[in-house]
Amino acid sequence: MSILRETKWALLELFPEQKATEGEAEKAAREKHRADARAKIEAEIKAKAEAEAKAKAKSEAKEGEAAAPKKPSPTEETAAESAAIDLAAKVKSQAAPQPAPPEEPEEPESDEPPVSLEHEGPRPFGVMVRSYAARGYHLDVFCAPDQVVAAAELLDGAGFSLEAVTGVDWIKEEQMEVVYDYTITAGRLCRVAVRTRIPRSAPEVPTISHICPGANWHERETHDFFGIKFTGHPYLVPILLPEDADFHPLLKDFTP
Amino acid sequence: MTLPIQCTPDEIFILNLGPQHPATHGVLRVKLTMDGEYIVEAEPVLGYIHRMHEKMAENGTFAQFMPNTPRLDYLSALSFNQGYCMAVERAAGIEVPERAEYIRTITVELNRISSHLLWYGAFVMDLGGFTPLLYAFDDREQILDLLEHVTGSRLTYCYYRFGGVYNDIDDDFVTGTRAFVKRLRSRLPIQYRDLVTGNIILIKRLKDIGFISAETCRKYGATGPVLRGSGVEYDVRKHEPYSIYPELDFDIPHYPEGDCMARYMVRMDEIEQSLRIIEQALDKLPDGPYQAKVPKTLKPPAVDVYSAVEASKGSFGCRLVCDGDKGPYRLKLRSPSFSNLSLFGEVSEGLLLADALAVMGSLDLVIPEIDR
Amino acid sequence: MDTSIWRPILYLIGIMAFAGVNAAWLGWCERKGAGHIQRRCGPKEVGPFGLWQPLADGIKLMTKQLIVPQGVDGILFRVAPVLAMIPAITSMVAIPFSETLHARAIDLSVLLIFALASIGMMAILLGGWASNNKYSLISAARSVSQNVAYEIPMLVTVITIVMLTGSMNLEEIALQQKGGFWNWNIFPVVGQSIAQAIIMPVSFILFFICSVAETNRAPFDMAEAESELVAGHMTEYGSMGFGLFMMGEYLNIVVGACLTAILFLGGWDSPLPFIPSGVGWFLLKIYVLIFTIILIRWTYPRTQIYKLLNLSWKVLIPFSLAILLLTAIFIKIEGILI
Repeated sequence: MSILRETKWALLELFPEQKATEGEAEKAAREKHRADARAKIEAEIKAKAEAEAKAKAKSEAKEGEAAAPKKPSPTEETAAESAAIDLAAKVKSQAAPQPAPPEEPEEPESDEPPVSLEHEGPRPFGVMVRSYAARGYHLDVFCAPDQVVAAAELLDGAGFSLEAVTGVDWIKEEQMEVVYDYTITAGRLCRVAVRTRIPRSAPEVPTISHICPGANWHERETHDFFGIKFTGHPYLVPILLPEDADFHPLLKDFTP
Repeated sequence: MTLPIQCTPDEIFILNLGPQHPATHGVLRVKLTMDGEYIVEAEPVLGYIHRMHEKMAENGTFAQFMPNTPRLDYLSALSFNQGYCMAVERAAGIEVPERAEYIRTITVELNRISSHLLWYGAFVMDLGGFTPLLYAFDDREQILDLLEHVTGSRLTYCYYRFGGVYNDIDDDFVTGTRAFVKRLRSRLPIQYRDLVTGNIILIKRLKDIGFISAETCRKYGATGPVLRGSGVEYDVRKHEPYSIYPELDFDIPHYPEGDCMARYMVRMDEIEQSLRIIEQALDKLPDGPYQAKVPKTLKPPAVDVYSAVEASKGSFGCRLVCDGDKGPYRLKLRSPSFSNLSLFGEVSEGLLLADALAVMGSLDLVIPEIDR
Repeated sequence: MDTSIWRPILYLIGIMAFAGVNAAWLGWCERKGAGHIQRRCGPKEVGPFGLWQPLADGIKLMTKQLIVPQGVDGILFRVAPVLAMIPAITSMVAIPFSETLHARAIDLSVLLIFALASIGMMAILLGGWASNNKYSLISAARSVSQNVAYEIPMLVTVITIVMLTGSMNLEEIALQQKGGFWNWNIFPVVGQSIAQAIIMPVSFILFFICSVAETNRAPFDMAEAESELVAGHMTEYGSMGFGLFMMGEYLNIVVGACLTAILFLGGWDSPLPFIPSGVGWFLLKIYVLIFTIILIRWTYPRTQIYKLLNLSWKVLIPFSLAILLLTAIFIKIEGILI
C-alpha cells in the first residue's frame, strides 16, 4: 500500500464522518472494481471455453472422420473446474479485508487515491488529496484547533517529521490559520499540510512541542509574528523579535 | 579583595558565547550554563540580524522579493533564489524551458560547492587550523569569478527569473567551468584529503564527538548534511526530484556514524558529487530559449503551494499563500539552519566547550538565514 | 677593573637589544611565513618586504590607551604583562651564545631557566584571573594545568642529559658536544653506547614537543585558543599590555629554541670539525627550530585540552621516565664495563 494511502487512512481516524463516507465510497469503488474484475474473468473464461469448444469441434470433426466419437475428454472438465476455483479464490481474496482501510492488492488504476475536488464555500474538516504537481504537497488536512495534537501524534507515530509551523492572517474572515508542514525523510515521498483555523480575537492552539521538539522554536516564531498563543508551550518568549517586543508584525493590520 | 566571578555554591556559571565571538560566524548568541569546561545547558538566542523578510514579501510584488532571497543565506544564494522561483512558478503554473533548468542546475551546484568550501575553511579554523581556509578560498575564488561572469554579482546572486534565468551562459562560462571542475578534482585529494581529512589531530577532534541520532534529526526536523551524517539517505534532489535532477546520475553521500566526522565527510563527498552533476549537465546542455514568456506582473490564482529545494545546508521550503493579487499574501520561508540549530541544545549537553564548538561548526550555520 | 663595570652594562644592552629585535621581528617572520604558507604575500606595504611592519605595529600599540576595564584587579592586571616579559629576558642571562659570548656562567643555569619559565606561566594565570572575564579565567585554568603537565616530562628529559653530561651548566653541556654533529646529544654515536644513540632522538622529540607546549604554541595553544576563548588571557588587554604578552610569547619561543639547541644540537658547535664554530651556528640552529615551530602552527589544527593533558600524563611522562631509567642503567653498565 502506498504511503499516501496509508497516511490518508491514518489521518482519517480524526474524522469519523469522512472516514465513513470515504469508506463507503471506497467500498462502492471496490465492489464495482470487483464486479468488473469478475465480469472480465467470466468473459475471459467464456471466450476461452468458446475457443476451446471451437477447436475441439474442429478436431473432433477431424477425428470423427477417422474414428468413432468418444466420451468428452476429462481434460475439459478439469479446466472448467480449475477456472471456477480460481474465480472463487479471487473473489474471496478481494472480499477478505472487510474493515477499513480497504486493501486493494491489484487495483487496476494507480495506487494513489484520486485528487479530491475543491469544495465550494468554507471547507469542512477532513483530509483532502491534492495534486502534488500543482501544490507541492499531497495531503491537506483541515481540523479543529484541538485536533492538531492528535494529528501530530498520528504523523509522528508514522515516522513523519515537522518541517515548519506557519500562521496566515485571514483578516477579512476574522480568522487566523495555523499550518503545520510535515514530511517524511525515510525513503518515501509524502508531504502533509495540517491546518486549522482559529478566531482572530482569541488565537489559541494547543502546543505540539512535547511531541515534536522541533516545533518548540517554530511555535515561538509563530507567536512572535502573529501573537498566536500555543497553550502548554514550555517557553513561549520571543525568539526572533527583541525580548521585550509586544507587537506582532505579520498581522495584516500591523503598523510599525 | 572580592572574587572576580560570583560563583553559585555548585560552581555553575553562565557564559555568553556571542553575539560577537570568533566561533559563531555571525551574530549568534548561545547562553551556556557551564560547570567548569563542561556544558550543562545551552540555549541559542536568536534574532540579532532579524530583518522580517516575510513582511517585506507581503508588501511588494512577487518580483520585488527576488533580491531578498539571496540575503537569507548569502553563501548558497542561488538555492534560495531557486526555491522561491519554484514556489512562484508552481503557483502561477509557469513552465521553465529545458535550457534554463540546465543553467540553473549548473550554477546552483557551483554555488553549493562554494558554500561547502567556505564551510570547510571556517570549520577547520574553528578547530584551530588556519591555513586550509585560505586554500579553500583560493578555489572558491574561481567559482566566484565564474558566477560573477554570468550573474553579475559575486555573493548575493539574484540570477533566476520566473520561468528561466536572467541571461544566457556563454562559451567562456562553459570552458571556464570545465577547467574549474578539472582543477578542483586534482586538488581535492591532496590539498583537502591529505592535508586535513587524514590529519590525526582533526580525526581525534571529530570522531565520536557530538553524536546526533537519526531519530533526533527527525524529531527536530533537521535536514541536509546533518541528517545524512546520521545515516539517513535523504536529499530533496533525489527524494522529491525537481528541475533536471532525475536525468542526472549522482549519489547521496551518507554516513551512519552521526558524529562530527560523518557530517564533515558528507560535505566533502558532496563536493565531488556536485562536480559530477556539473560535468553531466554541461555535456547535456541543450539549445533553446533560456526564459519562458511570462507576463510582467504575475497574478497567480488564490492557492497555497509548497516547494522545497536542497540548499547546501538542508531542505529549504517556501510556503506561498496567494490571494489572486500581484504579491504574496503570505510567504513562509522554512530555512534549514533554523531546524538544524534547534537540536544544538540537546546535543551539546555534557560536552566540553571545545567539542561543542566543533559540533556547532559541523552544523554549518548561516545566521541571516536563521534570523531571516 | 674596566671589564668588571662594562661587561654587565654591555651584556644588558646586548640582551635587551637581542630580546627586543627577536620579539618584534619574529612577529614579522611569523606573519610573512604564514602568508607564504597560505599562498598570499603577508606584510609588504611598510618598507621593503614589509620589514618595518613591527615598528609600525609598535608605534600603534604604544600610542593606544592602556584601558584598565572596570572590575578588574588593577595591580595584578598591570603586573601580568610585565611578568610575561621579564622572566623571558632574564633567562637570556644564563644562555651561552658561544664559547666567549656569555653574560654570566652560572653552574646551575638549567635550573635557573626552568625556574624562570615557571614564573612566565604565572603571567598567564595572573592576567587571566585579574581580567574578571570568564574566558580569561578558563584560559588561566587551562594554562596552569597545561604547564604543570608539560613541565614534568620536560624536566625528566633534561635530567637524562644532566646524567649523561654530569653538569647543570649549559656551557659545560655545550662544550662536551664539541667536534662534529656525531658528538651532539641528539646523535651520541661516539662516546656513548649504541642504545643511547637510539634513545636520544626520542628524548629530543619529547623535549621539543614539551617546549612547544610550554610556550603555548599551536597545536597546543590552549590558553589563547582563539576560536574557543576569543583571546584567552589577553581578551581584556589592549595597547602595550597586549604587545608585551605577544613579545613575551616570542621570547619564550626563543628561549625554548636556545635550550633545545644547547642541550641536543651542540650549541654553537659546527656540524663538521673543519668548519669554524661560532655564534652564527647557534643562531642558525635556533632559527631553524623557531621556523619549525611556526610551520607546525600554520599546518595543524588545535588539539583539545583533555587530549593534550592525556598526551602528557599517559604518553610523555611514562616515556620520559622510561628513558631516564634506561639511561641510568646504561650509565651504570658502562661504568662497570669500563
